[in-house]
Amino acid sequence: MAKVLMKGNEAIGEAAIRAGCKNYFAYPITPQSEVAEYLSKRLPEEGGVFLQGESEVAVGYMIFGAAGAGERVMTTSSSPGISLMSEALSYIAAAQCPAVFVNIMRGGPGLGGILPSQGDYFQATKGGGHGDYHLLVLAPDGVQEAVEMTMQAFTLAEKYRNPVMIMGDGLIGQMMEPVEFPDGLKTEPTNKDDWATNGMAHRNSKKRNLVKSLFLDPTALNDNNLALKAKYAQMKKEEVQYELVNADTDYQVLITSYGTMSRVCRTAIDMLKEEGIEVAMLRPKTLFPFPEKAVFDASGKESCQAVISIEMSMGQMVEDVERCVKGRRPVEFYGECGGDIPSPEKIIEIIKALL
Amino acid sequence: MAKAFSRPKALSTTHTHYCPGCTHGIVHRLVAEAIDDLGIQEKTVGIAPVGCAVLAYNYFDCDFQEAAHGRAPAMATGIKRVRPDLMVFTYQGDGDLASIGMGEIIHAANRGEKFTTIFINNAIYGMTGGQMAPTTMPGQRATTAPLGGTRPRPACPSAWPTCWANWSPRICHPPGRAQTPAGQQGQKKPLSRRFNIKWKTGASVLWKWFPPVPPTGA
Repeated sequence: MAKVLMKGNEAIGEAAIRAGCKNYFAYPITPQSEVAEYLSKRLPEEGGVFLQGESEVAVGYMIFGAAGAGERVMTTSSSPGISLMSEALSYIAAAQCPAVFVNIMRGGPGLGGILPSQGDYFQATKGGGHGDYHLLVLAPDGVQEAVEMTMQAFTLAEKYRNPVMIMGDGLIGQMMEPVEFPDGLKTEPTNKDDWATNGMAHRNSKKRNLVKSLFLDPTALNDNNLALKAKYAQMKKEEVQYELVNADTDYQVLITSYGTMSRVCRTAIDMLKEEGIEVAMLRPKTLFPFPEKAVFDASGKESCQAVISIEMSMGQMVEDVERCVKGRRPVEFYGECGGDIPSPEKIIEIIKALL
Repeated sequence: MAKAFSRPKALSTTHTHYCPGCTHGIVHRLVAEAIDDLGIQEKTVGIAPVGCAVLAYNYFDCDFQEAAHGRAPAMATGIKRVRPDLMVFTYQGDGDLASIGMGEIIHAANRGEKFTTIFINNAIYGMTGGQMAPTTMPGQRATTAPLGGTRPRPACPSAWPTCWANWSPRICHPPGRAQTPAGQQGQKKPLSRRFNIKWKTGASVLWKWFPPVPPTGA
């Protein structure tokens, strides 16, 4: 299929349809409202459901209801909206329902700003809502990868019966790039008859199904949380995705960076190479599960003097990087979080200061 | 000989945990009878609230989801929109619906969502032990209103569904009383009718009034 030029937000909407998702609930918020605008036109054409809810709080539970009924469903929002949906995310994870949430991150905390940010790393990977749960978190570095990850997200959500979050940012949502929609990424929905509230008649059964998260018996709650833990362990084993850049050289510095920020670091690495300075980058594509072993291994290369995490935040992923480097190299951090994206020249200056 | 009285099919055999004198059990039965009358048990999905009726799914024999506090109408919207062939109802108390979930029920009604809400009003937070609710009567004592509930407008607390009915033609039903046999029988037909109509048309709120604790603070 020929490539088409699309805005990131619209491409994410189209990718959901191509992945077989016909249900979308959302509430407007900059910088992701184009997803809703696009799908409000496209979904009716596909015989699907588009609904603009009255708040992100309500939308979170519309997603829960639809997912509990066994249908593929997605919402998109941006940072403050994701905060409001975080309550529902905790419930959806606890009740083990598959759903796809897209966060086109903007600056925070509070109302923050509407420019790109990576300030929601903690929220996405460490919880956000209450209780012992994790989302499976995918971080694209551009429009094409946002499309592919959106399509994969539905498959992953159903494989684990767990919410999957795509972590984009205002730049990925707003910029236009050529994209294609790989047919091979579309999967058939799994059979959900053993748990979804899709109606006894629908599954030709006399046994009713319950979608719930209340376990008053401490043993039952412990068992449910252990079942969740086992899923997270399986994710860590089977779903880790990352990319290594310039790692076959005797690099002196290892950058860890993801999403939009990693694109700038990639340019900086090329420019440094021209000056004869080898720098590598490890780009996590899954933020949870985090590429723990890959970070440990890459930081251990003999030529590597330091590791630096470069983020559009005050320093969030760096805590996971430090955890994985396990003290065998110094771990530094550089970040900007007001909405301006650090330039390659700035990255080069920071790297040179480490040498 | 024809059987005149039996347990509705849509009701399970589980004993309820409700307190003596509570009419949740009676309302459960009325809802189950309506489901039986319409023959829709196998197409029904209920949404349980947070509150005493959070365990309602133990007593109904149909698919059920459990909402966070107040969010049942949003979940019902999600289910009904993606599976319009299902009959969806929520079952909510006054803390759940008239306090924390007021936004969800109003907007679901305003959009004309095609599900039914059973609103159970006992003028108090029961499960958490008797705290004041927006429906608490003037002068009614509660654990968080030890001197009696103070409201500037006495008519308001018990009048939410009436207010809503005036506000939107999509919410309508006269309040019912579940604590007397006559009240129970009086609810049965409207309940079946409401389920049947609202399955196809728009949101409705049924109001069941429990006798509140007599005001003793004034």
